[in-house]
Amino acid sequence: MSGKERLPIFPSRGAQSLMKSRLKGAQKGHSLLKKKADALQMRFRMILSKIIETKTLMGEVMKEAAFSLAEAKFTTGDFNQVVLQNVTKAQIKIRTKKDNVAGVTLPVFESYQDGTDTYELAGLARGGQQLAKLKKNYQTAIKLLVELASLQTSFVTLDDVIKITNRRVNAIEHVIIPRIEKTLAYIISELDELEREEFYRLKKIQDKKKVIKAASEAFRKSRKYDEEQAFNMLEEEDQDILF
Amino acid sequence: MALHSAVKGKLLAVIGDEDTCVGFLLGGIGEINKHRQPNFLVVDKNTSVSDIEEAFRKFIKRDDVDIILINQNVAELIRHCIDDHTQPIPAVLEIPSKDHPYDASKDSILRRAKGMFNPEDIAA
Repeated sequence: MSGKERLPIFPSRGAQSLMKSRLKGAQKGHSLLKKKADALQMRFRMILSKIIETKTLMGEVMKEAAFSLAEAKFTTGDFNQVVLQNVTKAQIKIRTKKDNVAGVTLPVFESYQDGTDTYELAGLARGGQQLAKLKKNYQTAIKLLVELASLQTSFVTLDDVIKITNRRVNAIEHVIIPRIEKTLAYIISELDELEREEFYRLKKIQDKKKVIKAASEAFRKSRKYDEEQAFNMLEEEDQDILF
Repeated sequence: MALHSAVKGKLLAVIGDEDTCVGFLLGGIGEINKHRQPNFLVVDKNTSVSDIEEAFRKFIKRDDVDIILINQNVAELIRHCIDDHTQPIPAVLEIPSKDHPYDASKDSILRRAKGMFNPEDIAA
């Protein structure tokens, strides 16, 4: 359990300073990532509101386009099959550009005209005006849809990136920083323990030294006394001597 | 190949009913490549769902297609395919068709957005 919650590291001064710098790094990274997430979120909301706006606009544009198609059909007669069969080369194509938001590249689509109109002669007999209007309407619709597509692509990309960034922010905030803090606390407590042990050891040694000193003092004293005693013993005449 | 098509410019693809396709083709997006494959699919009442699905998957795989336009009523038929497609490119756009007005609540993207924001923001 405890092994999971803190890093496997030997508690020493060196490790403590290492952990301190790591904690600082993690905190810095957290604040930077948070800033990035906020910037992305801002952009994201902007894009979202734009998407909603464009989508409603698209509804109207498409309605108008469909209406002009009906108009053209009314004047020209049915030309669906003619159009469907005469497809050759695309006239409107898409270029992709890159836009950069906080280190995230977002593709931006851009439509451009390429080549000539395949249906130039359509509606030559009658209904040319309606057909021209119809083409114009659909081209407007295409432009709008391309714009919408780039918004939507940005939306999807940003959505992913925001999720990843938030996950990182949360991982640092809730896993990495607590783990480092726990490791630091462990190292500090362990170092304190060592210090207390050391202190106790010193005390003990001092005590021991005192005892030894006292003992040797006493021994010396007794030696002295013994010497005196011995001297006295030699000097003194024994009372209970037998012979 | 990727570089080549990047220089060439990408296409739009359309899946939708006849009128939608005709409209966009007149707008000038239609192209038939050298394999005689068009970049649009006309969906009528005889088109089966598996055909639409197959066409959709083919458009996703083609690297010269950047945007796929699909009628919302058709999108409803292959909703699971559209929800599976999470890559940003090609972008799948749901468009209203002539006889089905646009319903924002069915859109894949807006539904994803709704998970993150409160519905009032979306509606406003």
